This record gives sequence, C-alpha cells and structure tokens, in this order.
Amino acid sequence: MSELLKVRDLKRHYEVHVPQGLFGRKASLKAVDGVSFSIEKGKTLGLVGESGCGKSTTAKLVLGLIPATAGSVEFAGTPVTAKHDARWRALRRRMQMIYQDPLGALDRRLPVVTQIGEPFEIHNPEMSRVERTERASGLMNAVGLRPDQAMRYPHELSGGQRQRVVIARALALEPDLLVCDEPVSALDVSIQAQVLNLLDDLRERTGFAALFISHDLKVVRQMSDRVAVMYLGRIVEAGLPEDVFLRPQHPYTKALVSAIPTPARRGKRERIVLEGDPPSPVDVPPGCAFHTRCPIAQPSCRNTVPQLVSSGGHAVACHLVNDGAATAVQAAE
Amino acid sequence: MRRPGLFYCNGETAMETLLSVKDLKIDFDQGKRFVRALHGVNLDVAKGEVLGVVGESGCGKSITWLAALGLLGNRARISGSVRLDGEEIAGMNETDLSRLRGGRIAMIFQDPSSSLNPVHRIGRQINEALKLHRGLTGAAADAESARLLDRVGIANATRRLREYPHEMSGGMNQRIMIAMALAGEPELLIADEPTTALDATIQAQILDLLTELRRDTGMALVLISHDLGVVADMSDRVAVMYGGRVIEEADTGSLFDNPAHPYTKGLIAALPDIDGPRRRLESIPGTVPAPDQLPPGCSFAPRCAIASKICDAAMPGFLPFGESANHFAACVKCREEAPFGEAAPGEAVKPGLVPA
Repeated sequence: MSELLKVRDLKRHYEVHVPQGLFGRKASLKAVDGVSFSIEKGKTLGLVGESGCGKSTTAKLVLGLIPATAGSVEFAGTPVTAKHDARWRALRRRMQMIYQDPLGALDRRLPVVTQIGEPFEIHNPEMSRVERTERASGLMNAVGLRPDQAMRYPHELSGGQRQRVVIARALALEPDLLVCDEPVSALDVSIQAQVLNLLDDLRERTGFAALFISHDLKVVRQMSDRVAVMYLGRIVEAGLPEDVFLRPQHPYTKALVSAIPTPARRGKRERIVLEGDPPSPVDVPPGCAFHTRCPIAQPSCRNTVPQLVSSGGHAVACHLVNDGAATAVQAAE
Repeated sequence: MRRPGLFYCNGETAMETLLSVKDLKIDFDQGKRFVRALHGVNLDVAKGEVLGVVGESGCGKSITWLAALGLLGNRARISGSVRLDGEEIAGMNETDLSRLRGGRIAMIFQDPSSSLNPVHRIGRQINEALKLHRGLTGAAADAESARLLDRVGIANATRRLREYPHEMSGGMNQRIMIAMALAGEPELLIADEPTTALDATIQAQILDLLTELRRDTGMALVLISHDLGVVADMSDRVAVMYGGRVIEEADTGSLFDNPAHPYTKGLIAALPDIDGPRRRLESIPGTVPAPDQLPPGCSFAPRCAIASKICDAAMPGFLPFGESANHFAACVKCREEAPFGEAAPGEAVKPGLVPA
C-alpha cells in the first residue's frame, strides 16, 4: 500500500515565559516532541491522549497551519510546509479538516448551502453558480441534511446538523485526507453515533484517509484502522486498535484503557488509578516522561528516553516492555 | 407490597428516604409566554444511596436539582414538592434555604475553575463555607480546611491553602470543590457532571475519591451525567430523563441488563464500546425536540422505532417493568414485547405518582 501521509520526527516547541523572578524565565514548551507516523491511502489513524499531550498541535502541523520546529511532513510525496504559497494551496485542496466546534467553523451570516459550495468558488472559480448550488445540494443529501434546510443559517440548526454541514463542506473537493480534531466531542450520545456512522459511510463511499483525533478511546477505537497513544508530545504506543486497547503494553495505555467506565464493565472494576496530574509540557521530566506517574517505574527510567520499538506492528516506547521483548527476541534467535 | 414513603433497594431492605421530589414542574418565562421545561418529575433519594441521572442536553437533568435547591432565579415558575427528611423545602424562604445549601445538601458542578473565586486564596474560600455552616473561625477553621484538603487527597495542604485557583490543575480544583462541599458535612451531595471537563485518568481519580468519601461519611450522592459509563460505574439506581420527564428508573443492574424504554435501549446501543468486537453503532434518528415543541403524546415517539398510534395519544404512565421490584418505565410499547411486568390493576404505580 502506498503511504499517503508520512510524518518523520515532527517537533514543535514554543518559547514561553514561566513566572520566576521579575521578568520570568524563558523556557521551551515542547508541545510535540518527535512524532513519527504514516497513513496509507484510505486508512484511518486514530490519535488519543489527554489534554495537552500535543494531539491538536500535531493536526495543525500535518496541515501546515503552523511551522514545525523540526521534522518533516510529506503528503503524497510532496513536503508540506507552513509557507502558504500556491503549492501549499494546491495541497490543501486535498487535505481538509473538521474541528470540534462547528459553530466556530461556520459563517453565521451565510446560509449553509452557500458555505458548502464555497470550496468550489475558491478552487474552481469557473464553475457556474447553478452547478455550484447543485453540487452543494448533492453534498447536503449525502450527509443527511434535508433540501429545505439549504437556506438556513447555522444558528437555526442543531449541533449535529451543523457538524454535518462542516463535513459536507470538507468533503466538497473530494479530499484524500481528512483531519478530524475531536469531531464528535461536543455532541450528545445519540447524535454522536449518527455522525460517526455518517463518517464511516462516507469513508467507504469516497475512500478518504483520515487522521482522527479524540480524547475518547471508545470513539477512536470505533473509527480507526490503527491507533497511536500520545503522552506529553510523544507517541508511547501504536498499533491495531485490538492490540493497543485490548492488550495494552505501555503502563500509561494500560491505565488509560482501564480508566474508561462503560456499562459493560460495571461491577468488575480493575481500574488502575494513576497518581497526580500529567506534568506540564514546559517541564517534561527527563528520561521517560511518564516515570513520575508510572506505577512500575525503575530508577533507569529517569535517565534514558525510551524509543518506540515495534514488534509485529505493535510499537511501544517503554524500557520495561522493550527490554523484556528484546531479551525474548534474542532468546528466539 | 410496596409501602408509601419507603422504597426498596435491591428488592430486600427498605431504605429511608432522604430527599423526595414530587411532581416537580418548571416553566420558564420567555417574555410573552411560559415554556414548560420539566413536566412533573418524581424522584426519591435514600440515605446513603447513589442515584445516577442520565440524559442528553436539555432533558432537564440539571434543572431538576437546581430547582429543588431554589437556584433557578426569578424567571422560573416552579410547582411541586421537594421534601428533605419530610420537611418541605420548595418555596422555603431564602435565609433557611441558604443554610440548607452547602449545609445538609451540597452541590458541585462541571467546571470547577468557574465555580471558584479567582481573586481569593483557596483557604479563604473553604474557611467561608466553614464559618457559614459550622461556625468555625480563625485557627480552628484553618486547621479544618487543611484537614479537608488532606481528605480529598491534596498533598501539602497548608501550602496549597495559600494558593489561588489558577495555580492548580482542573483535577485539583475539582478536589477543592469537593472539599468545600464536605465543609458543611452534607447528607446529600449533588454532583452535576463532576468529571466531564476532566481527562480520563483524572476522572478515575475523582470517581474513586467520591466513592471513598461516600463510604466513609455515608452521604447520599446524586450523580448527574451524560456519560452512561460513569453512571453505570457509580450508581445504585439510575433515572433516565428525556424531554423534561423521567422515562425510566431502575436499579443499575436491571437498567443496563434489561432496559425497557426504547430511548434507554437506544442510548446504550449508540455507545461505542472499548471491549469486545467492533460493531456498527445504532444511532437514534432525529434530534431532541425543543421544549416548546414537544409532541402531544410520548415525547420520544417521533424518534422511536416501535412507536404506534397509541403513543401519540397521551404520555404513557410510569409503570413497573420486568421482574425487578424497582424497575419503572414510561412506555406503552415496551410491555407488549416483554413477557413480564403486566401491571395488575390497583397494584400499579409508584407511590406518590399520579398516572398521566
């Protein structure tokens, strides 16, 4: 399979002032600190993690909305940079995004059908107005909006319907990659299921690849072909959803998976409760960033940053897991 | 046989009712007209029990409890009765109510950082609650504040008391809200989406803390949440709300193993799972109707897969369902499919409830 999106050792650091003394002290906030992944054509990569772990920054870097400090993003063989020139605009035609808050992403003063047709106006200006409206109506139909809602304004629609408008607009130019940043987090359970099923159907029909970002493990598992778990700017575990969520290896993933309450799990609680809060990305602990909260941390975890080591498509960045696995591999050889 | 005034948990032991909400109705003043947001809610909370309240946004799960505590303001017209240990608190004067709020009944909300005062130190804010409800001042209050912070798992309590809310994380602030709620030694804690704004690992910490505190103090807990998982995990009993009514109520096991109402079934089926095989989600078609545009009969009928003509006629009564003693549902159709739970005439309805 050809790789559509290739991200190599991506970093984004921000210079910040932390309060200390009169003027504060300069520090580097490592929002994304060496992330590598790739997405094949038509496949979905799910990115999970808690707030501040850098998942949304990764999305912005992938789209070239902000410049990377280091590393590279390659989309269909072309490097994506934050230089917003003609080449970038041509690429952006093929990469679209959906955000959490549809009301913030829509223009309150334009009827929805105009907004859905707007991508054609920008990227295909010679298209006639009649055809544009026709295409927009077709898209509305595809995302389950009624024709009589065409002339409505965003405030006249419900949250779920607004998100459908955003999806219709994102899919107008038939993109190859859709970046979804918490697309259903603001929606109620019953509407969330509608939108997830819609995205699933559209993906089957049009074959776009997706980077699906959410803090909700259940939603990510539902949507993804592969998943990656982030902690403080790094990927700590990646693989098939079945491997990562049903047989987690990294102690952070284990805790995260066990912390999800579901109706089916009621009563049989084996929750691993982590101590404390995630450290601030300004003061990332040395060595393994997770060692301050890790229930099984060893003294050696404080010294060396663990690398993501893959075995059989399941990659883990943990000394304790990988050293054990390495010994096992050596023994097998 | 069920005795009025008592209700039964696990079908065996009779538990004493702490708070009893009867036929609570709320109308909001929209200028030219009143819009009814709550259509007669009946709920009981027993001493020491955890009642989970689930529903989607706008179903009335929060305003039920805000109204019970007189927190809705002038634009809401409230009728019905709210009794705490037999004493009527609906329509109580403001002085008595404010003694009750934060005293016998405490409440915590979704966003702790907006519930705390950003310009006062944590210690001062907890001391205020201690002074109001327990008459503690000075060193005694400081010592008690430190003990409370320690109780909710905040290390280094005396130093933390001198900090401001912005110096703490969201999880820490929620712990402080819980410490403030504990300051009045409440018999009932109403937690409105207490973990919705928190990360998964912090949510686990707060849920564990609430369970532990409840075990130690014996206080009852009303847990309002949109998250079925959280409610299933924490509650003894669950009430499901839709369109300003309680449409199903049961012991947690009974509700999740044997849901009666098509809406409850739909909510459970719409939830992606983390264990087991992946399946396509079953979504509920349509959206929640606006409070001023409710259909004449069952408010869920327009979205319901098994609705028929009878559902449009009138709001169905809240009748027993299945074999479990505490299982009630407001649905006409669910009983046609279920082999059990035919309400015998005269025996039927939940105590204190007038059939619609």
